[in-house]
Amino acid sequence: MNTYEYKSLAELLNLTDRYTLPLSKVVMLREMEESEKPESTVLDIMDKRIDVFYESIQTGLNDTTQSVSGLVGGDAARLAAAASVLLGDVSRRAAVYALAINEANAKMFRIVACPTAGSCGIVPAVILAVAEEKKYERQSCIQAFFTAAGIGAVIARNACVAGAVGGCQAECGTAAAMAAAAVVELCGGTPVQAVQAATLCLKNVLGLVCDPVAGLVEVPCVKRNGFFAVHALTAAEMALAGIVSVIPPDEVVSAMYEIGRAMPVSLKETSEGGLARTPTGKEIAERLEKAMREQ
Amino acid sequence: MSVFDIVGPVMIGPSSSHTAGAARIGLMARKILKDEPIRADITVYGSFAKTYKGHGTDKALVAGLLGFSADDIRLRSSFEIAKEEGMTVTLTRSEEETDHPNTVRIKMEGKTGTVMEIVGVSLGGGRIEIREINGFYVEITGEEYTLLTFHHDQPGIIAKVTTIMALGAINVSTMKVFRSAKNANAVMIICTDSPIPSDLETEICNISAIQSVIALSPL
Repeated sequence: MNTYEYKSLAELLNLTDRYTLPLSKVVMLREMEESEKPESTVLDIMDKRIDVFYESIQTGLNDTTQSVSGLVGGDAARLAAAASVLLGDVSRRAAVYALAINEANAKMFRIVACPTAGSCGIVPAVILAVAEEKKYERQSCIQAFFTAAGIGAVIARNACVAGAVGGCQAECGTAAAMAAAAVVELCGGTPVQAVQAATLCLKNVLGLVCDPVAGLVEVPCVKRNGFFAVHALTAAEMALAGIVSVIPPDEVVSAMYEIGRAMPVSLKETSEGGLARTPTGKEIAERLEKAMREQ
Repeated sequence: MSVFDIVGPVMIGPSSSHTAGAARIGLMARKILKDEPIRADITVYGSFAKTYKGHGTDKALVAGLLGFSADDIRLRSSFEIAKEEGMTVTLTRSEEETDHPNTVRIKMEGKTGTVMEIVGVSLGGGRIEIREINGFYVEITGEEYTLLTFHHDQPGIIAKVTTIMALGAINVSTMKVFRSAKNANAVMIICTDSPIPSDLETEICNISAIQSVIALSPL
């Protein structure tokens, strides 16, 4: 059965329109028909993922150690402990959670790739921060994660979500787009607004390269997760206000893919360019290499 | 594509290719050995050799060899656990060029004396492929039920094996056959929709030209 099959964001929106359903429901129904699993099973799988998201947040905030390289650790707790200066409660909480989850990832704790490990903080941080601050139930969170997953599935299908293939725009960019769409639905926006939020979000990060220092999922990944959580909220706020992307959703996804393919290999996770090849980046890589040889 | 490949998999960080993929290669190696490894000589190549420490690739490979899945928190202390369980591990970094940047070779010895050598690659997103078993080219992803036969190349082997499967109502999804030369050693890789019951495995193993059989369940 392919009743709820969608290959593009336009097709996904058509389905929500035809059956008068929210995005989350279409995505869930498609998962059910494709995997031949009942509703209770797919809801339960997503519910258990939320447990892991919370586990990662707690670990990231409570574990005081540094990563093996010594490059990251403790920033989530630092931001959480500091007095609020400029950001609102939702944005602050989202940034703290995103840093916490990605620090947990860098420090080899359990996470859920979303869509990748390097970008794993963004979607859960945004959805859970909004849900906590706005008092949404767990059930609504589960639905929001289906919405996020549907957006991610289309981007993975028609473009890519791996830094090695499309740069960071494909990883953290996709994660932010997923998060933006999810919270628009969570806050009562229409499917069109949700897809617009994803589009605005992705459009604003086009061209972003993947240039991790010493090849590790740490610099600039951890802080970027924090930034992109807030970026997703900005896109959601704009879309909820009725702001629309001039370039249609699927065309933005195609553009992301085209830009990713045109990007030099040195800036696609190979650590042969950008931040990885700055004097400090090189020095860090050499120091870690030396430590590894001496062991 | 399942949405749980997008919001997922659940894994120990920091990298789906360098950590989760490595753990899955280790686990697959253990399944192929069909024994508890007491020794593992691991050689890492390419990007694995360059960044294994920061990604915990070494810990993940050992965790897999211990039988832990990619989301098992014991992955963090796999070297200590290996020591407790009496598994000797050596790790070598190679500068040799390989087809895929994330490549690892594992030479294992099992408790009962079985020795096996596999080559695995991590393809990204946690997906893996075992590319070599004891010097034989293979393609095993660990995503389906898989039956491997090591046999002597001669007419009729494929028909004999598939007949046994057909009588057992096992549906084949994909099938590949490789051989080192005509009338020499050959390997058959058959992916199926359902598990191969042990009696069918034995029956296949009893075919005269077949030296050994390995039935693998998905990772």
